[in-house]
Amino acid sequence: MRAVGGEKLSSRLWAFAVWTVVGFFILNLIGLIGSVLTSSFATRWLATWFPAGWTTKWYFSAWDEFQLGDVLWVTFEVVGAVVLISGLLGVPAAYALARREFVGKKFVVLLLLLPLLVPSVTYGIPLATVLYQFGVGGNLVGVILANLVPTVPFVVLVMIPFIEQIDPRIEAAARVFGAGTFSIFVHVLVPILMPGVLAALLLVLVRTIAMFELTFLVAGPGSQTLVVALYYAVFAAGVRAVQSIDAMAVIYMLTTLVWLIIALKFVNPTQIVARAKNNQNH
Amino acid sequence: MSETPLDTGPNLRQRLRARGFDGVTMLVLPCVFAVIALFVYPFLYGLWLSFQPKTGGHLANYVKFFSDPFLYRTIQTTLILSLPVTILNLLLAVPIAFRVRLMKHQRILTTILVLPITLGTVLVAEGMLFYFGPQGWFSRTMLALGILSQPPSIVHGYWGVFLSLLITGFPFTFLLTLSYVTGIEPALEQAAATLGASPTARFREIFLPLLLPGLAITFCLSFVQAYSVLPSAILVGDPANTTRVISIAAYQAATEEYDYPLASAIAMIMGAVQLVVVVLVLGARSLLYRGPVAAAKG
Repeated sequence: MRAVGGEKLSSRLWAFAVWTVVGFFILNLIGLIGSVLTSSFATRWLATWFPAGWTTKWYFSAWDEFQLGDVLWVTFEVVGAVVLISGLLGVPAAYALARREFVGKKFVVLLLLLPLLVPSVTYGIPLATVLYQFGVGGNLVGVILANLVPTVPFVVLVMIPFIEQIDPRIEAAARVFGAGTFSIFVHVLVPILMPGVLAALLLVLVRTIAMFELTFLVAGPGSQTLVVALYYAVFAAGVRAVQSIDAMAVIYMLTTLVWLIIALKFVNPTQIVARAKNNQNH
Repeated sequence: MSETPLDTGPNLRQRLRARGFDGVTMLVLPCVFAVIALFVYPFLYGLWLSFQPKTGGHLANYVKFFSDPFLYRTIQTTLILSLPVTILNLLLAVPIAFRVRLMKHQRILTTILVLPITLGTVLVAEGMLFYFGPQGWFSRTMLALGILSQPPSIVHGYWGVFLSLLITGFPFTFLLTLSYVTGIEPALEQAAATLGASPTARFREIFLPLLLPGLAITFCLSFVQAYSVLPSAILVGDPANTTRVISIAAYQAATEEYDYPLASAIAMIMGAVQLVVVVLVLGARSLLYRGPVAAAKG
């Protein structure tokens, strides 16, 4: 911490300006989320600051109208499969990349960076075409496969620095004492890697719930996740009561926020955007 | 571990091991295979498909794109939207990150800012429709405070999409910038302060050169987010006109006209334009500053 006492008026004004901008931003953010929340409980809300009355009926009507039971189940299946598969593919690959130097390693890393740098719509459209050709477009398998494209490289890139900081002598010591590859894996690697894997997979989970573009391009009527269903509801607004759509939006917020809160117990918020830069915190 | 030619004799195995290929290295294969099957192959297929138009010669899709103003103007529309938002986000993020770096309870602020990123553009657009609408709290407050004389028309136009990109993009840019700013060794600033450098000089001479590579990367990653805007351009924009971004054109070609070759061509052009911007930014960065930068990373 720097001493504040000697600061000049100009730097105080500057600090004041900075905090005003931050405050204004957060105020509007709260207002925005608050509007959705308030509207979802409103009986009638026109031309006043607050609704005329309060009700929870929109949650029941939204649940039926948008078949939220089915949509949530699809979301759960997609997210579960994506988290599991990207963990199974990503963690071993990260282990290999962290522990071995081999010819073509840079090429592999570049290959993994590309899906994170290319806009999702750019590769999503050809990917959707290919998935439809293989008969998995518009169904659950296609949606899961499409969502793997950004998540697998993400898991690898988050896990590489985490594995690199683990002393390889721990594994070597286990081997010296006669442990086989399998028992090193079960008794040494799994316990050490667990916190990192958990953090990476929670981030994948939060990102997959909110992943719009790829799911949107690939999903069919029976394979929409919650965020895509919400998009279609907002897009076709006017057909249904606004409050009903807002109730759905609140349900979406809750599904995301529950996992975000759990994720924040294990990861630093900056890690949600940056790739495990602040690893020393864990 | 997996299907390697290990059974052809110890000689080959030893040679492979000398180059770093052993059982552990093979663990990378399933992942590489998945990325090739789900990313590289579709991408190359899309590239090939874009040269196989429904009618006309190999280049017909590209000729069509660059001769139809309804299509080629989408590049301009996208850049007019995404470049200013990205630059504004970065200009806001840097001073705020410098303040927040000195803060004790950073985590509360960063947690609040992570919200719009995790909620995503669809939810932000949905909230904006009411909040910034004529009857929303924003317009009401502006009228009540006398700042505006009539409700602002923000949504369903350029500024609606601009704001939506600001709301979801600023936290992203800020958190990335913060992770770079906090990575700079504080002793460097203290040393400069001890030698009598003013805050402005400290920023210009110490922080800026160290931050530039990080800022260039932040710019690129934020730009990719803003550039591929699809849901908010449709929901809070004017998707037939002022916010008809390139991803809408690609999406419409694929799902409304069922012209996959044209859709692929638009997707490829989209990728190429983004690549040009990224290369320009990274190139400009190396023109501005050359020298060691990694040394100061804590």
